[in-house]
Amino acid sequence: MKLLLNGAPVEASVTTLAELLEAQGFGGAKVATAVNGNFVPAAMRAGYALSDGDAVEVLAPMQGG
Amino acid sequence: MRAFYGTPLANGLMLGTAQYPSPAILADAFKRSGAGVATVSLRRESGQDRAGQDFWTLIRDLDVHVLPNTAGCHSVKEAVTTAHMAREVFETSWIKLEVIGEEDTLQPDVFGLVEAARILSEDGFQVFPYTTEDLVVADKLLHAGCEVLMPWGAPIGSGLGLNNLFGLRAMRAHFPDVPLVIDAGLGLPSQAAQAMELGFDAVLLNTAVAKAGDPAAMAEAFAMAVQAGQIAAQADPMEPRDMAAPSTPVIGKAFLE
Repeated sequence: MKLLLNGAPVEASVTTLAELLEAQGFGGAKVATAVNGNFVPAAMRAGYALSDGDAVEVLAPMQGG
Repeated sequence: MRAFYGTPLANGLMLGTAQYPSPAILADAFKRSGAGVATVSLRRESGQDRAGQDFWTLIRDLDVHVLPNTAGCHSVKEAVTTAHMAREVFETSWIKLEVIGEEDTLQPDVFGLVEAARILSEDGFQVFPYTTEDLVVADKLLHAGCEVLMPWGAPIGSGLGLNNLFGLRAMRAHFPDVPLVIDAGLGLPSQAAQAMELGFDAVLLNTAVAKAGDPAAMAEAFAMAVQAGQIAAQADPMEPRDMAAPSTPVIGKAFLE
């Protein structure tokens, strides 16, 4: 399906958010996720079914003031 | 020093983690200053370079309290969602809540700030709101559930120091029991000392240290200034007066005309 991952279009053969993270190189990473602007807790990723056109945000710790 | 949501801090210096020349210099700035709180943020991660993972290891090794921010958020929804993501990643309920309302000054949108603070406080967050020195807004933030207030000294990154001494002094007097932190606008250690002399509990700064020629030395200088200001505040400073008052006793002075 076609998705937006951190603003960039990706084509992924996955069904859940957890699978997308694994496929895109985020396995085991310290990240937080949101889909279409809504926070999806880590515990819910495996059961979160993605749909064509979903916008997925994957955020990680970064420098801040 | 007043505790921050029940957490006492060893000193009144909170440091940002952005804009340092290198991760090693960042770590050195924390080491030399003894700053007990590090502000951090969340940004998009790449599955290829996973830059955030190395940064997280660096921060964990500092062994300080982590204060995630919602920097760059302009709406209540954006700030609240970012706060939830930060709580999960950084495993803390502390959140430095920023809802930016104006681009040139990065002044907080205080209406959105109060609303976001209420939503987050009700959800168990311990909110550190980046606000102005407005007493009415401050009161509304406290009613929304905030137990700490962080008024700006001057616009973020400006280095202008304490722009509204009257307003900040009034804030300290108006909320004697609330932990108050000067957040943003400090450029020099003397300004941090001034904030502490006014009775503030801590200062939070980033650019003044990170953009100094020697960030670690500047961090240490800020730590010393914070300590000096804090001791001075506890020592009950004298009241200023307009006219001179001789400090050397006049009685016993020789007549030599």
